[in-house]
Amino acid sequence: MATKQIGDVILDVNNISLSFGGVKALTDISFNVREHEVRAIIGPNGAGKSSMLNCINGVYTPQQGSITFRGKAFSHMDSHQVAVMGIGRTFQNLALFKGMSVIDNIMTGRNLKIKSNLLWQALRIGPAQREEEMHREAVEHIIDFLEIQAHRKTPVGQLPYGLQKRVDLGRALAMEPQVLLLDEPMAGMNVEEKQDMCRFVLDVNEEFGTTVVLIEHDMGVVMDISDRVVVLDYGKKIGDGTPDEVRNNEEVISAYLGTGH
Amino acid sequence: MAFFLESLLGGLMAGMLYSLVALGFVLIYKASGVFNFAQGAMVLFAALAMARFAEWIPLWTGMTNPIAANLAAFVIAGIIMFTVAWLIERLALRHLVNQEGTTLLMATLGISYFLDGLGQTIFGSDIYKIDVGMPKEPIMAFETLFEGGILINKEDLYAALIAAVLVTLLSVFFQKTATGRALRAVADDHQAAQSIGIPLNRIWVIVWCVAGVVALVAGMIWGSKLGVQFSLTTVALRALPVVILGGLTSVPGAIIGGLIIGVGEKLSEIFLGPYVGGGIEIWFAYVLALLFLLFRPQGLFGEKIIDRV
Amino acid sequence: MFYRENGQFKTSYRTDQQILPITQDRWAILLIIAAAFIVVPMLSSGYMFRAIFIPFLIMSLAALGVNILVGYCGQISLGSGAFMAVGAYAAFNFFVRVPGMPLLVALVLGGLCSSAFGILFGLPSLRVKGLYLAVATLAAQFFSDWMFLRIKWFTNDAPSGSVSVSGLQVLGMQIESPTSKYLLCLSILVVLALLAKNLVRSAIGREWMAIRDMDVAAAVIGIRPMYAKLSAFAISSFIIGVAGALWGFIYLGSWEPAAFSVDLSFKLLFMVIIGGMGSIMGAFFGAGFIVILPIALNQFLPLLGDMVGVQISTAGISHTELIIFGALIVWFLIVEPHGLAKLWSIGKQKLRLWPFPH
Repeated sequence: MATKQIGDVILDVNNISLSFGGVKALTDISFNVREHEVRAIIGPNGAGKSSMLNCINGVYTPQQGSITFRGKAFSHMDSHQVAVMGIGRTFQNLALFKGMSVIDNIMTGRNLKIKSNLLWQALRIGPAQREEEMHREAVEHIIDFLEIQAHRKTPVGQLPYGLQKRVDLGRALAMEPQVLLLDEPMAGMNVEEKQDMCRFVLDVNEEFGTTVVLIEHDMGVVMDISDRVVVLDYGKKIGDGTPDEVRNNEEVISAYLGTGH
Repeated sequence: MAFFLESLLGGLMAGMLYSLVALGFVLIYKASGVFNFAQGAMVLFAALAMARFAEWIPLWTGMTNPIAANLAAFVIAGIIMFTVAWLIERLALRHLVNQEGTTLLMATLGISYFLDGLGQTIFGSDIYKIDVGMPKEPIMAFETLFEGGILINKEDLYAALIAAVLVTLLSVFFQKTATGRALRAVADDHQAAQSIGIPLNRIWVIVWCVAGVVALVAGMIWGSKLGVQFSLTTVALRALPVVILGGLTSVPGAIIGGLIIGVGEKLSEIFLGPYVGGGIEIWFAYVLALLFLLFRPQGLFGEKIIDRV
Repeated sequence: MFYRENGQFKTSYRTDQQILPITQDRWAILLIIAAAFIVVPMLSSGYMFRAIFIPFLIMSLAALGVNILVGYCGQISLGSGAFMAVGAYAAFNFFVRVPGMPLLVALVLGGLCSSAFGILFGLPSLRVKGLYLAVATLAAQFFSDWMFLRIKWFTNDAPSGSVSVSGLQVLGMQIESPTSKYLLCLSILVVLALLAKNLVRSAIGREWMAIRDMDVAAAVIGIRPMYAKLSAFAISSFIIGVAGALWGFIYLGSWEPAAFSVDLSFKLLFMVIIGGMGSIMGAFFGAGFIVILPIALNQFLPLLGDMVGVQISTAGISHTELIIFGALIVWFLIVEPHGLAKLWSIGKQKLRLWPFPH
């Protein structure tokens, strides 16, 4: 396994605070993500991990703080702009397009790259036809990569949960993102499925150099595949460093295991 | 000035009628999260039932007292509405639990057509009268303040009174009783309510029965004022914007929304109408609702709509 | 036995992405289209054209448009009648006021006006959905009712408010006989249906369906909800507008605003629900059903009534129509929300296996 080169900071989260009415979901969170690394975000349930990703994606707007991507700072992110900038996302609760097949779901990830306008699409000749085929080929590569060839025409609503998670990943990969935000990609999976998913994530990271930000509960996975870890608890950051550093952090231990241990 | 006040009052009274129909919408929505497009058809059905039974009872039983006949007709119509409500729940709604809102909406649209056709098949499609013995003579009020006084319809006053009583009873029902609480829980989340043991089916039957009674009262008052005819369903379509204005989940909102639309329609017709060729009432309510949708979708008193990922 | 895909392997993405990948399907549809162009005119009477085929074709076109908006993009619309009206009156104005205006150009211009109207009244979809959007589209409906009733300019200052067209011709051919009217509608339907099918299976179609299924996730992968929703309104209204123009010009000949009332909007929605939402085929099924049902009832109910000794009036027939529509809507929504089109594809699935059980 070639050692990968971890680059400079590509994504920087500065003093983000987010609240819903009276509930403070995130309080003054700051951390950075380096290019090509696998950054894990861990913490007990309700710590605000998904909310953090939602802020990066522009789904939520933080009341305070800014997010810097490749040197450009934003006080709030616009979902469309985030996608254009090359940040892809999977969701904890899937958010797949249940009425469409696997191919179509992953094809939606290619949307930003499709240039032909409505008229050409309606006529479906020449450039529009070639574009469809080209993107179909790219999607097929992803389907091969994720080993879901047998299900490509099935409506995703009919697939088992584990396969749906792969389609979610495939859709994000179709965007050819520079940064991939994964929200509990291995939730609800058994050991074998988790190993498969880990393999996919690592392959994406190593082959394409995609930076991965990963929310995950399985400590084994986190310790094994991540380069650095951020720990959140009740919306605050309580740990930041390599897996070993975080593992031995007092605060983290008490947050996860409770005091008195 | 007197003319303005008269128009205002006329608008208020018309608005009151809208409110009564809107009340039925709000009730069902508040208690089950279902938007009942069929409310108008229910009003028509109830009114038809009452009108025809008021005719038939004297023929069948030889009863001569019109008040008694009307009362009997009211009760029978009430029973019919309960049956209709029960059937709707049993045959349609029960099978559509947990479907998304648009599906339920379209289902109630289908129910509306069904009731429309059924009502006219059973009860006939001529114009019928409901005569509940409400005094129809107008009163001249405020004769000391304005020249010649202002014309107020006694019938409208009685209607307003009945509506007020109805609204108070309903508010109390929702806020103070256990069933009312259960209804509000169901409106919030079907599955959650089921999981804590609220008998969804029974609750829905109750709600639709209450809505049926509201429809009956509305139908009675409308019918008394305008005669029972097919156009009642189009009236229901006009009551839709009332709910948007007032807020889908608010009983007082339905009332106030109705009054605003009633007054707005009347006044805009009188004062703006001549400039644009008249007939503004066709769209006034809806365009007003449209503006609300753009700037304040929850209406004046409704709860804010939240979407979670 | 007959309907097998065995041996039909696709060796390129292009062939896999075709509209009708199964050879039998392709032959069947081509045969149907050929029959529609050649056989039907030979065998049908003027009455059949006027009462069945022409309304079926035009309503299919309108239902197609509505399906794009409601079925594919998930934006409920109760204002389709208004879009038809705008298409009809706009085409009328272009046809009558501009000397020498070709019919087809007038139809397209009518569609474009309807498109603009659709985009305007589609703006609320950016803020609200579901019932609230339904109310907004009803606003479009009632506003359009009033607009064509009261603003004299639209009706060319016709005294009674009703307008009419005559002397229609395309490329020198007179559109007078039922056959020519039928062929014109058929041609326009085939062209627009093909374009619609192409749109629906390309990127924009996927955008529409993404918005329908989960708009937040759609935004996150870079789909702009505004563009997707408004384009759905625009394209759907264009098609509905052309259908409206055809309805007025070809089917009605002369019309007034009441021809495009809210009842028509509901009818179109029913066509889409019964036919199958999110399916081009569904539009045809739904339109066919809703056009045929009143005629069938007209023929059969009196017979049924005679058998039981009951006189059924025309009013009774129209009431029965309402009862059947209403019951069917509820039935379909409970049993098969994807309508006749889904039942059709289930039938095809069974046909694949026939004569074997599984």
